[in-house]
Amino acid sequence: MRDDVILLDHGSGGLASAELISQIFLTRYGNPVLAELEDSAILDRPAGRIAFTTDGYVVDPIFFPGGDIGSLAVHGTVNDLAMRGAVPLSLSVSFIFEEGLPVRTIEQIASSIAQATARARVSISAGDTKVVPRGKADKVFITTSGLGVVPDGVELSTKRARPGDRILVSGTIGDHGATILTQRSGLTFSGGLASDTAPLHDLVRSILEGATGAVRAFRDPTRGGVATVLCEIASRSGLEIEVDEASIPIRPEVASACEILGLDPLYLANEGKCIAVVSPDMAKDVEGLMHARPEGQEAAVIGEVRDGRPGRVILRTAAGGLRVLRPLSGMPLPRIC
Amino acid sequence: MFPSPDLSGFRSRAAIDALVHELSLLVDRPMRFMEVCGTHTMAVARYGLRSLFPPRFELVSGPGCPVCVTAQSHVDAMIRLARIPGVTIATFGDMVRVPGSSGSLAHAMAEGARVEIVYSPTDALHLAREVSPDPVVFLAVGFETTAPAVAATILEAERTGVENLLVHPAHKLMPPALDCIMSGGAAVNGLLCPGHVSAVIGAKAYAPLAEGQGLPCVIGGFEPADILLALTLLARQVREGRSEVENAYPRAVSWEGNKRAREVMEAVFRPEDTEWRGLGVISGSGLTLREGFRDRDARTRFGVHPVPVADPPGCVCGEVLKGVKTPTDCPLFASRCTPQSPVGPCMVSGEGACAAHYLTDGPCHA
Repeated sequence: MRDDVILLDHGSGGLASAELISQIFLTRYGNPVLAELEDSAILDRPAGRIAFTTDGYVVDPIFFPGGDIGSLAVHGTVNDLAMRGAVPLSLSVSFIFEEGLPVRTIEQIASSIAQATARARVSISAGDTKVVPRGKADKVFITTSGLGVVPDGVELSTKRARPGDRILVSGTIGDHGATILTQRSGLTFSGGLASDTAPLHDLVRSILEGATGAVRAFRDPTRGGVATVLCEIASRSGLEIEVDEASIPIRPEVASACEILGLDPLYLANEGKCIAVVSPDMAKDVEGLMHARPEGQEAAVIGEVRDGRPGRVILRTAAGGLRVLRPLSGMPLPRIC
Repeated sequence: MFPSPDLSGFRSRAAIDALVHELSLLVDRPMRFMEVCGTHTMAVARYGLRSLFPPRFELVSGPGCPVCVTAQSHVDAMIRLARIPGVTIATFGDMVRVPGSSGSLAHAMAEGARVEIVYSPTDALHLAREVSPDPVVFLAVGFETTAPAVAATILEAERTGVENLLVHPAHKLMPPALDCIMSGGAAVNGLLCPGHVSAVIGAKAYAPLAEGQGLPCVIGGFEPADILLALTLLARQVREGRSEVENAYPRAVSWEGNKRAREVMEAVFRPEDTEWRGLGVISGSGLTLREGFRDRDARTRFGVHPVPVADPPGCVCGEVLKGVKTPTDCPLFASRCTPQSPVGPCMVSGEGACAAHYLTDGPCHA
């Protein structure tokens, strides 16, 4: 690249745009489909039903312990596909850059995207790049869309939850949210805190293949956290859920950060965890399949679906009390005293 | 990682179960206590302690959520300050969504006002020194817990010549408010006194209430066993007909309190009459800047003074803060007033009685 910062010209669609695309993106995650550089990508039609999803990424800071906006944009869309049981096939990546962003930063993000797609074994078949004047965006925003294929026989939906079903979480909660909020608050926590951003489709596939028919639904508790996802499951299934706080895995660093910032880890975002609703007789099997994979080593059964007040989620606290969990409302704000 | 003290003992199920059992034995008549502090409100809700209380035992919230007791006239003044071109507001996050007569700080932000959420008054000093050459106005909300840190920050700004750090003084003092609420005849049998405020003002501050007004006062910490221990001590006082100050939080609170913190606070601030949400003006219950620091008062600098306004019609936040009513007594609760669209301040902060009740204890509307 001749320039060391992004200029408005790089989004003009002319020669500077072509240089940006060929020298930064195609060199890192190019493939025959993307390299055609036509107006749309032509893909072979796979057997099975198609899953399709899209998501925008505006995380601040763009680099954080455990990942960056690039890997997050890949994992987030891969995981949205995986939660419906789909095998991810192909992504599109669309950037909006703020004028003046260092090209070095874009190279780092592109390299991170390349690594994340290689790890997830998905290709990028379409992309776009725009540049807006300085101050009109914050450094970089990314939108990824994803296509996946749902194997025959896989029917996952939160509406399928039944009384008696167990609720599993694939690992520790709140890691991503606690990491981003402590970074944003300028608090310097040493050691331990890192985002959990990771692809989950291999974990999902190992469960779907190893315990056929066991899982009613998967959800990834991103924004709104575990509590909000549990409320959605209870609401859509018309059932009640009780969860046991003492059985929910949480890193001590995350628990401490939450205490200091006055946050509840049940409402913090996760980017590499899933909630599974599992038939009761297969819950231990699914837990074992999760434990067998690196991304599910700290998986645990945390609750149960039951008849009761439709849509209600009750937390049995570690103190032995009961309280109702509601969906997140408003921004998670620090406490005042 | 932060070196955090081991508090696991205060959360142990064995300790909690034993205290719950003891409380059930002690409550032999209707007992109604008030948790004064918003952090207690939040902790009771978070640990689900209400579900563990015996029958005939009630715990109501008091005036200890700093956001909740900030009068609408003050909130309006803060929003007017935020709309002044060039002014940056530095505030704790809780204040951002508090509704004023017209919009909130969040609305002002959407219209272009510069509002920074900070975690400490020293963050505001940093903003004034390193980031903005324009005035940075810190919204000084809180009780005796926060006031010393704000005072120390002002002294540091003086020492280092940072002239663009201003404050909107809206601090409240706890003893005058408790005295005001209880002097009209207490609606409760005793007070669960705030741990953080008491660390500064000392357990002795409650002696007039206990001795003068016959009101049992027990200072409690914020872990579940701390709270339950304090409640058992209150119940025991009621049973035995005593009204004393007892300290169930000795690891943080002494009889005398933190003299140094009070000295710093008193060097910068002096008491003034101030308006409380729902309680009206209480004599000597607020803090304003002393003469030597007057040029840091954003109200005088910009001529923005609180203009009295009526509380929203139907809202009973004031009665809730006095412990006379509970959130569910309010006709707006969970209908017109929810955390998504709060009418009164008790629904805004997680420490507010209504929000805590709605979010963790109340009926499910999902």
